[in-house]
Amino acid sequence: MLKDITLGQFFPGDTIAHRLDPRTKLLLVVLFIVALFQARGWVAYGVLTLTVAACMTVSHISARNIFKGLKPMIFILALTGVLNIFYTGGTPILPGWIITWEGIARAIQMVLRIVLLITGTFLLTYTTSPIALTDGLELLLNPLKKLRFPVHEMTIMMSMALRFIPTLIEETDKIMSAQKARGADFETGSLMDRAKALLPVLVPLFVSAFRRADELAVAMESRCYHGGEGRTRMKQLILKGRDYIALALGILLLAGIIYLKKWGL
Amino acid sequence: MSIIKFENVHYTYPGDQMESLCGVSLAIEEGSFVAVLGHNGSGKSTLAKHMNAILVPTEGKVTVCGIDSADEERLIELRRNVGMVFQNPDNQIVANVVEDDVAFAPENLGVEPREIRRRVDEALKQVGMYDKRQHAPHLLSGGQKQRVAIAGVIAMEPKIIVLDEPTAMLDPIGREEVISTVTRLCREKGMTVVLITHHMDECVGADRLIVMSNGSIVADGVPAEVFANIELMEREGLTVPETTRLLYDLKQRGMDLPLTALDVDACAKEIVKQLRG
Repeated sequence: MLKDITLGQFFPGDTIAHRLDPRTKLLLVVLFIVALFQARGWVAYGVLTLTVAACMTVSHISARNIFKGLKPMIFILALTGVLNIFYTGGTPILPGWIITWEGIARAIQMVLRIVLLITGTFLLTYTTSPIALTDGLELLLNPLKKLRFPVHEMTIMMSMALRFIPTLIEETDKIMSAQKARGADFETGSLMDRAKALLPVLVPLFVSAFRRADELAVAMESRCYHGGEGRTRMKQLILKGRDYIALALGILLLAGIIYLKKWGL
Repeated sequence: MSIIKFENVHYTYPGDQMESLCGVSLAIEEGSFVAVLGHNGSGKSTLAKHMNAILVPTEGKVTVCGIDSADEERLIELRRNVGMVFQNPDNQIVANVVEDDVAFAPENLGVEPREIRRRVDEALKQVGMYDKRQHAPHLLSGGQKQRVAIAGVIAMEPKIIVLDEPTAMLDPIGREEVISTVTRLCREKGMTVVLITHHMDECVGADRLIVMSNGSIVADGVPAEVFANIELMEREGLTVPETTRLLYDLKQRGMDLPLTALDVDACAKEIVKQLRG
């Protein structure tokens, strides 16, 4: 049952969005988020929505996939919408109502903002493999090394965690089956009962995770791992023409949105 | 010239009363295929861990490729010459993609990217996993994972491969894949292979068989000869190949047979020869 969990929701492909350098994509997402929070008027929101739609088309990510990802957020979206409708002052839509025209506009904008925010980050994770993402992050954060920030250690921990997620899920499945075979019940009872039933699963899982970590450390040392110093990479990340163009477009978008904000659009 | 040399090595795990290795002396020739056989707790894994300085002797000396294993300064140099493959393939694969995992060791050694690419492709071809280079390791079978782990160490271009019970968690097909891969690496590439195991049949193809018990070497020689000493093997609780067993039983009943035939054909030939007089 745990095998159904999809992880690192990466959709392999060979579109231009997939081929962009992960650093470029990370920076673009940052630019996009900043632009999103600068948007005030309908024109700006329109531009951003069109941008996201264009990116989806380019990277062959269907609206259905995006909706699937948005599903868990429906509650937050609804709450945002309702709160904004009722708590924004202005001219009522009908005399005596508390719902105002401004409130409706604001609710739509806020919901749109969250949807665009999530969609933008999804576009990143859908088109970039987790490994490429951590590699990109390591290189982007490299300057922080001067401040003694353990960039390499952090990213290698991230990639190890990603590597071991499927292994540990498999292990959890095995332990749960073993406990079920001896009469454990994970599906019925109150929330408290079910949480308690999980304890005999978690304890062996933790024990085995520590044992694995120990063996992994020995195996890594045997393969001459000695930290990030003097390490090279097989897959070099090189910024190409398309990366510069994409970054230029991203900056242009941000500049455009800020310009629109000045005019109140 | 011996590439691995143990001189009167003693080792006690921290907090243990008993010695896990009690005075082991051993010399392994370059390019040979050595199998180490023994029960759980016989000290065979401890022996293996001394070969790439994961453990350093409490007493005595281990020299690998002319480097003293206690020399911390030359630790990386020693380890790049000794590839270690462990029992559980899941706990030694570090990356989400097969080729990235194989690249791990050369990346650690600071090899040029293009050279890493060449070594990775070469290593994957040698273990027959080149087609699966883009796969996620957790979706491979046990035997395939273990072959990836082997590729991961040969990408360091070591002189020696030490395999610590590499087949313990594998099914018969996976075991066969792993053993034939390391045998080929030894015979064709001239690598020194040390195979730690508790499966008799995996030792048959080795040049030399060492039997360990309670931290000491109790037998050392060509596999056929070691197996022929059935009394010793049984005392150590080890079963011998069925062919040796058959020849031994026949000999007990008065037939004059050598005990050194290890495969079925050779065994049959000996019996036929004897019957025809």
